[in-house]
Amino acid sequence: MRRILRRREIVTDDWIHLGEDAADGAALIVPLAELRKDPGRWWRWSGRLGVRLTPVDRVEELADELPRLDLVAVEFPTPVDGRGYSQGRLLRERLGFRGELRAVGAGVRQDQVFLLARCGFDAIELAAGEDADAARGALQRYDVAYQPGSPETAIRWARFFA
Amino acid sequence: MYQYDELDQAFVDQRVAEFRDQTRRHLAGQLSEDEFRPLRLRNGLYIQRHAPMLRIAIPYGLLASRQLAKLADIARRYDRGFGHFTTRQNLQLNWPRLPDVPDILAELATVQMHAIQTSGNCVRNVTADHLAGIARDEIDDPRPYCEIIRQWATLHPEFTYLPRKFKIAVTGSPEDRAASEVHDIGLHLARDAQGDIGFTVLVGGGLGRAPVIGQVIRDFLPLADLLSYLEAILRVYNRHGRRDNLNKARIKVLVKSLGIARFREQVEAEWQLSRASAARLPAAEVERVRGFFRPQPYEALEDFDASAGREPAFQAWYRYNTRPHRVSGYRAVFVSLKAHGQNPGDMSCEQMEAVAALAERVSFGLIRATHNQNLLLADVRQSELYDVWLELERHQLAMPNIGTLTDMIACPGLDFCSLANAGTLGVAKQIQERFSDLDYLYDLGDIEIKMSGCMNACGHHHVGHIGILGVDKHGEEWYQITLGGSANGFTALGEVIGPSVPKNEVAATIERIVEAYRGLRAEGERFIDTFRRVGLTPFRESAYATHPAAA
Repeated sequence: MRRILRRREIVTDDWIHLGEDAADGAALIVPLAELRKDPGRWWRWSGRLGVRLTPVDRVEELADELPRLDLVAVEFPTPVDGRGYSQGRLLRERLGFRGELRAVGAGVRQDQVFLLARCGFDAIELAAGEDADAARGALQRYDVAYQPGSPETAIRWARFFA
Repeated sequence: MYQYDELDQAFVDQRVAEFRDQTRRHLAGQLSEDEFRPLRLRNGLYIQRHAPMLRIAIPYGLLASRQLAKLADIARRYDRGFGHFTTRQNLQLNWPRLPDVPDILAELATVQMHAIQTSGNCVRNVTADHLAGIARDEIDDPRPYCEIIRQWATLHPEFTYLPRKFKIAVTGSPEDRAASEVHDIGLHLARDAQGDIGFTVLVGGGLGRAPVIGQVIRDFLPLADLLSYLEAILRVYNRHGRRDNLNKARIKVLVKSLGIARFREQVEAEWQLSRASAARLPAAEVERVRGFFRPQPYEALEDFDASAGREPAFQAWYRYNTRPHRVSGYRAVFVSLKAHGQNPGDMSCEQMEAVAALAERVSFGLIRATHNQNLLLADVRQSELYDVWLELERHQLAMPNIGTLTDMIACPGLDFCSLANAGTLGVAKQIQERFSDLDYLYDLGDIEIKMSGCMNACGHHHVGHIGILGVDKHGEEWYQITLGGSANGFTALGEVIGPSVPKNEVAATIERIVEAYRGLRAEGERFIDTFRRVGLTPFRESAYATHPAAA
């Protein structure tokens, strides 16, 4: 079973990506393009439904559907493709998404997790081969930051954003 | 200057610990070179031709004596006893060993310094006018705003992996001494009708492969909205800037492809949606940071001509290497890093220590790095200028050539940089030798030469009155010359004069160009003004007049 970082805990993943072995009723993550292709099918899915965004997907187009989604997965194809950080902040801060916001893809490494958490990601599905314990530790590399966001830090931004 | 509090200190210490761990994993084979690269770049570390190169941040060019002394100490212990000051007010070490870099960064952190975001596709060191706070024409001191931007940009969670590097410059005077119009964002301090401080915001300037002059995106941005507006620009860029082609990834390409009007619409729309919940700079925070940049405790002194009755060598230095000060009785003193026979911008650790001690004695313990690769002692009593000159002279730092042709900008070029196509240091030496006669230099007056060893334009060749670009021609080093560029006040990109010339012909070609100027100029007319009046053609004819190799 896949292990993921959810907030500060390493847990067994209870979600399945489309294409993996999904039983009826499983919590399923479907690419946005697939959801758009066959909405009738996926919105009637028997289990919880999540959607997976690529870096070019516009999060604004999901605004009306977000309340029906339990999870949004944002893909980071490489560690240096930073578009997902904007997608994450927009989902949380502008669109008010309250479900699980998950970083996925080959770019999700331990050296990215602190930034991801600060952009509102509460679940991190590490790239294959990444050490989950090291990644959990990396969440706490800094207890200071200059901008708002979680995990909680001794924040300089309290001065800026009073 | 700004002093770290416990939060700032904790942050740089934690940054060092993180990089120490990343370096350890890389050396242990757990992080491949490809995986390590973006991490080390964001800590200023390049892998160069001979060795790593570490670029140390000097935020908006301001250094305390103890910091410059520490740089000297590091250069001696971890490098070969010298450093190189860059056009973006940073210091580069050319020979550190990779396993030592975490220790170097830890040493820097003990004097409130770092190398964070001096390279990589992120927000780089924020630069400013080197005469900030002392210029007579200043609207407001840009440095508090630079510091606020520095903090905001440091490990910004959304903007650490941008499509490409991102450079911001802030100026507070009508005369642009920070080349702000060739930055990704240029901020010009301004006042609105009520007299409140804000900024005119320019976007999309940049040098490199396709040089562009920045365009105004907003005439007046209130100070309180500074960070939210920067976030709006960065967000539009982060989402829509090209990532498929490194050469088209700068914000200037996005601005150009949309046009400034559409780009502005997108930024304003983003800003309107985010500003309600976004960072507004509280006046108290601005005041806190401004408090670090208050005017020095100047004495009440009268202006006088410190050069009167002195020997000609001092008079020349006084005339060329010192500048007026806002406060009477004081002058600003350039420490020339352009001695003939020396690589432009290079400084030995002995020189650094001497200047650190001198600044402690005569300039409130502060030193500034300038965009033209010199240092500046900003607040020197006029009565001490002669002693300061003697001390600088003793350390070969008093070459009286500031603003003249040999006060040239040059990147490190092929001798050090793995991106370069051609050498710059040998050419600089050639030019210094040919133009070693000071009276001739003074007769030529104000001429800026800027030289880059490749298209990336670290030497800002596009905006030199005379620009020199090194190119590789079938394995040989050739040089393309441009004329008419400028980056202060009236920003213009230079025009290519004609075919490139071989290495051994560069200085001779420049001599023919400046000789043409001497023939063409009106009484008292500067080179750049003559060029603007007569255009390229007469210069082209002269430049190649006796040139057999250019075909």
